[in-house]
Amino acid sequence: MGAQPLLKIENLVKHFHVRLGAFGERSATVHALDDVSLDILEGETLSLVGESGCGKSTTGFTILNLHRATSGKVLYRGQDLTALDEKRMRPFRRDLQIVFQDPYSTLNPRMTVGEAIGEPILFHKLATKAELDGKVAALLTDVGLPPRFASRYPHELSGGQRQRVVIARALACQPKFIVCDEAISALDVSIQAQIINLLLDLQEKYGLTYLFIAHDLAVVRHISTRVGVMYLGRLAELASRDELFETPLHPYTKALLSAVPETDPEHERNRKRQILEGDVPSPLAPPSGCRFHTRCPIAMEVCRRVVPKWKEARPGHLVACHAVNGE
Amino acid sequence: MSAKTENRLLDVKGLTIEIETRRGPAVVVDGIDLHVDKGETLGVVGESGCGKSLTMLSLMRLLPNKIRVTQGEAHFDGRDLQKMSNRELRKVRGGDIGFVFQDPMTSLNPVMRIGDQLAEPLIYHRGMSRREARTRATELLRLVGIPGPEERIQAYPHELSGGMRQRVMIAIGLACEPKLLIADEPTTALDVTIQAQIVDLVKGLREKLGMSVVWITHDLALIAGLVDRVVVLYAGTIVEDAPVDELYANPRHPYTRGLLASIPKLSDAPASRLNSIGGTPPEPGRRPEGCPFAPRCPLAMDVCRSHVPKLEPVSAAGSHRAACFAVEKAREAA
Repeated sequence: MGAQPLLKIENLVKHFHVRLGAFGERSATVHALDDVSLDILEGETLSLVGESGCGKSTTGFTILNLHRATSGKVLYRGQDLTALDEKRMRPFRRDLQIVFQDPYSTLNPRMTVGEAIGEPILFHKLATKAELDGKVAALLTDVGLPPRFASRYPHELSGGQRQRVVIARALACQPKFIVCDEAISALDVSIQAQIINLLLDLQEKYGLTYLFIAHDLAVVRHISTRVGVMYLGRLAELASRDELFETPLHPYTKALLSAVPETDPEHERNRKRQILEGDVPSPLAPPSGCRFHTRCPIAMEVCRRVVPKWKEARPGHLVACHAVNGE
Repeated sequence: MSAKTENRLLDVKGLTIEIETRRGPAVVVDGIDLHVDKGETLGVVGESGCGKSLTMLSLMRLLPNKIRVTQGEAHFDGRDLQKMSNRELRKVRGGDIGFVFQDPMTSLNPVMRIGDQLAEPLIYHRGMSRREARTRATELLRLVGIPGPEERIQAYPHELSGGMRQRVMIAIGLACEPKLLIADEPTTALDVTIQAQIVDLVKGLREKLGMSVVWITHDLALIAGLVDRVVVLYAGTIVEDAPVDELYANPRHPYTRGLLASIPKLSDAPASRLNSIGGTPPEPGRRPEGCPFAPRCPLAMDVCRSHVPKLEPVSAAGSHRAACFAVEKAREAA
């Protein structure tokens, strides 16, 4: 592959403490993220997939230091981001941006589109007030909106247009890395395709690196360089896009892929799905050993006791499974 | 014709729904014709705001305030739903027509045990005793694949996961063994693994109970293996209506083609551009003159901007219909 890692994530852990009971008399720990290690390579789109509550969004948030990591490191240009307080984090925020799922709640309804996009530019002192309008107009053009939209308010825009504004705002400080947290999930199919095309165009134009968090595997397959599969706060498998979709190794990945419907009636009627039994267990009390063992069709005795190692099963293809790694 | 009508379970004609806005009434569903045969599963596909949910809600007179049916009739099993008294309609709702809504968190009563919520329609519609209803409720939970149903009937909705709640919703929809089950985006809020479970569940139940199903969705991939026929809605009008294999193999309306092209396929080249449809659907009250899809249509001609195309047969058998001037032309030329 040859690309250099832009971000190195080492043994990242994030636990949330919650209070339970009507009076908050009991406390518990949510194991949202446990021992996640991965490199995000420059210029790639790394996708994280998994069922809700698997920790994919938490990964994105913790990398950007929006959640404080419980332990572990996030290395960016030799600096461990998890060690920085908010003030020392600020210069890095320019490079590391995020686009959220819901374009309705991420734009301030009282700010015009131009103000929303202009705010980070002024904050990071990337332009003078006099240059600002020109910058905003250029950004709007970049995301396929006419510059006159700068004077509009969010409520005047459709969902797809709002998401374009949010992307323009993320681009405003010329970032290197953008976390797309379910950035297209709330959009209609025809609009989704527009935004996917836009993200691909911008990546090519500005050499962006994406961490793409999504649950739609068809979209992930379309957009990704590499794909990571998460289950209950741990990485189950990580491989290049083609390798993961064509030769998945982890039983969870196989089950997940077999659930994805395709637009082919004949194929859909006759396909044999490998249906996973039951639901994801609670992250308050994750199962012992391999967290997938309670739903795994090939679980063995060892899976109940020992956490499987995160190992390279084939070049560039990492997996955490006793059955695959033959431990 | 008579044999055809005999087999009709639901027959909707010229249904028009308007919403009151500050600028006056706006048409959200524009005179659509729709039918479901006995034992048939119909997929109703469209993007948000196309009127797919309103159409189905209107049948049960469940439209929210300020939205009302201004024209049209809807016959269910030979009786006009629009002309029924409220009392008669209550017998149909949850009885002969079961409903499964999108969001089980807001459609289940949070302070009622799920067993009681399941028993309610059985007592009301089928005149069962509490004890009988309770036994039946347990059976229903087992039918939809909820483990430990004897204990689960005591649970409150918040004690169940999203997938389990949706199964409870389906169990309530099926409680009285309806002739027609209307499912409005029943899996949209769920993970793909749970989604697959629910689709397989409904497939199995449909065969077991011999009912008709209307499945409302925005996901063309999801329903491919589930339905017999698909109706595609755009801005309150039906743009295409075809048997399922025909629709995916040979979509005729440019909107349907655009929708199918917008969905990433396994065969696509990596990171290639998707053939998206430009622009956005019109808002209610701002529908353009002529064909509502014309402003986004790659094939739009002058006539499309002034006249509304009718839904007309495009296949020899007449079972595949599309509302498009460009498609009609292609047929004449052929």
